[in-house]
Amino acid sequence: METIQVTEENEQHPDVALVASARAGDVQAFETLVNKYDRQIFRIAQHITQNREDAQDVVQDAFLKAYEKLDQFQGNSKFYTWLVRIAVNESLMRLRKRRTGKMVSIDEDIETDEGSVPRDLADWSPNPEQNFGQAELAEILRKTIQGLPLGFRVVFQLRDVEGLSTEETAETLGLSVPAVKSRLLRARLQLRERLSRYFRKKKAGEK
Amino acid sequence: MTCSEFLALLDELIDDSVSTETRTQLREHLSGCEHCEVTLNTTRKTIEIYRSHEVYELPNTVRDRLRAAIMARCKNGC
Repeated sequence: METIQVTEENEQHPDVALVASARAGDVQAFETLVNKYDRQIFRIAQHITQNREDAQDVVQDAFLKAYEKLDQFQGNSKFYTWLVRIAVNESLMRLRKRRTGKMVSIDEDIETDEGSVPRDLADWSPNPEQNFGQAELAEILRKTIQGLPLGFRVVFQLRDVEGLSTEETAETLGLSVPAVKSRLLRARLQLRERLSRYFRKKKAGEK
Repeated sequence: MTCSEFLALLDELIDDSVSTETRTQLREHLSGCEHCEVTLNTTRKTIEIYRSHEVYELPNTVRDRLRAAIMARCKNGC
């Protein structure tokens, strides 16, 4: 038993020590955290705001807020998940500012049948991404995910791309676990359906 | 198992969180249903493509500028 406990202590997440040092006034330790997560925070902010300037501002504001509130950070969640939650809130604030009067919510349940029943049933060509140049592919992926409702694209991004668990995604977005699961399934199916337009196997004679 | 029952369990299958019994039922359905097989494979591929390609890149020059701004304010106590 004792050996197991010792192993667990040794396997502490490296962020725990960095956060402790930053709290004690070590600015370098905080800089390491900034370097580690700035790209992820930028991506998440872009997916929500869909605006480059706003997303850059969110990176700055989210890290500054995290630094200010470091004393309030409870070690019971991961630093990264806590930071993502701050960034999601900052991003939603920016989005609301730009879309005054329009409803902006991740919690909104989107009634849509799109993608719930797969329509495009053609198989894709093997490694379909290889038929496109890097920039062209990035544009297709961007356009496709941008077309999804906010709640869907953020759940997909956090859960499938940034590697948060279903529970962490739910906690971060203030959604229930079943709500995350239902949005994830619909997001995955809608993306698949939309990407099929580009990636499906061409029939003979088709351009 | 019907196609809609299969579809309802698609995420669990992709995320590898189904019981051995359910997995056997899913596999059985797959072996006789080309449509569901295509849906499963192309959904897996969708996730893989989004994971392995940077959709929004943060250029190094912008990263450096943002980091410098953040750190300058942290050093001054925010």
